[in-house]
Amino acid sequence: MNAVAPHIAETDRLRLAPGVMLRNDRRRGQWMLMGPERLLVLDEMALAVVRACVGAEIADVAAGIDRLTVEYDAPRTEVAADVLEMLTDLRNKGYVVT
Amino acid sequence: MSCALPTFAASPAAEPAPPFAVLMELTHRCPLRCPYCSNPVALESASAELDTATWKRVLDEAADVGALQVHFSGGEPCVRKDLEELVAHATEIGLYSNLITSAVLLDRARLERLQRAGLQHVQISLQDAEATGADRVGGFKGGHVKKLEVARAVVRQGMALTINAVLHRHNIDRVNDVIDLAMDLGAGRIEIANVQYYGWALANRAALMPSREQLLAMDAAVRGRLPELAGRIVVDYVVPDYYARRPKSCMGGWARRFMNVTPRGRVLPCHAAETIPGMAFETVHDRSLSDIWRDGPAFARYRGTDWMPEPCQSCDHKEEDWGGCRCQALALAGSADATDPVCEVSPAHAEVAVLRDRDAAALGTEWTYRGL
Repeated sequence: MNAVAPHIAETDRLRLAPGVMLRNDRRRGQWMLMGPERLLVLDEMALAVVRACVGAEIADVAAGIDRLTVEYDAPRTEVAADVLEMLTDLRNKGYVVT
Repeated sequence: MSCALPTFAASPAAEPAPPFAVLMELTHRCPLRCPYCSNPVALESASAELDTATWKRVLDEAADVGALQVHFSGGEPCVRKDLEELVAHATEIGLYSNLITSAVLLDRARLERLQRAGLQHVQISLQDAEATGADRVGGFKGGHVKKLEVARAVVRQGMALTINAVLHRHNIDRVNDVIDLAMDLGAGRIEIANVQYYGWALANRAALMPSREQLLAMDAAVRGRLPELAGRIVVDYVVPDYYARRPKSCMGGWARRFMNVTPRGRVLPCHAAETIPGMAFETVHDRSLSDIWRDGPAFARYRGTDWMPEPCQSCDHKEEDWGGCRCQALALAGSADATDPVCEVSPAHAEVAVLRDRDAAALGTEWTYRGL
């Protein structure tokens, strides 16, 4: 049996999974990740994390955490813990891939 | 159908919240003849199908009612020569397109055209992990190999791939092989769906029902692998109703998340709703999808919780499972108004086990292929 997939690490580079897109639904006033037969509504924090950490133009997750640490003026260790947990969850749900 | 979707809050005026998706059954035609087909036993003919212009109007209305996604389904949607045109139209008006297909009519050139039209996701059914069994169930020689070719092409082209594996007596023992195959193909997601017994599958229940031993082995295998699969492939696992203690939230609740349009344009709350007697279904020629969603009699009939009998009405789970499946209540309890008998609290629950055990023991029963 294979090992459990590791948590997302700061050195990972993430992109949206095939068929996943970030959308703003004006009718509902919500940002969402739209994917195969599913969607995930993003709150303000989740949207900030996706924007900072996911995409080909972003060096790695660490760079996104640095940016969020400055934007939210919060201790980096706390930001990193929350962000890595959220990104791991998004990866396990199939919205982002390494 | 995935139930991991948010429900959009209803507006104060008691208007129902908009649907998440519209399922468009473009046709009932299909080169495969699976004995558990989810299409109605009385299939609609090609000559009755909506034309391209009407489907485009229905797509416009789907966007108007607030749906975010469209599922192009069937039958086999690829028999429609206007599929690319419909996908392009959906893309133009901001709808996310899913293609639910057997894949046997697809090739790389057509996949490329569909991708250019904006298709995001292809869901391909597999009938088994190996060709002999798969082609026998589908009634289509060479189908399995063709499906694998197309699945690989979908991934190579950068579209999302889901493998839909329907399990029954004849393939349930190979569930691990099916999961391995889906991962080897590069699928982002696998639906491990045990047969739901409506329509063709209900008629073939004695030929398809797995035994309790098969079921337990499959369930242990899937659950045992979930930790290892997390982060590698998304697993949507549909527990087989007849062995369950609580019903599933069918369609995410009646008239809460989905609308279904049949090939000739009937608008249904679920694809099997036509089996329910005494229901009045409107068509896309009668009123707009918005009007039908808001107060169409078929949609209003089992929406929410007001319609529920006891024991649903006083049950803590009533806004989780929404009373289960209406079509199953009809098939098993004799009334679509009843609590889904899959629920252990239903007065008809014991009879489900009797039917299940009788059919599971009917080894050697031949199935009837779906046919026109």
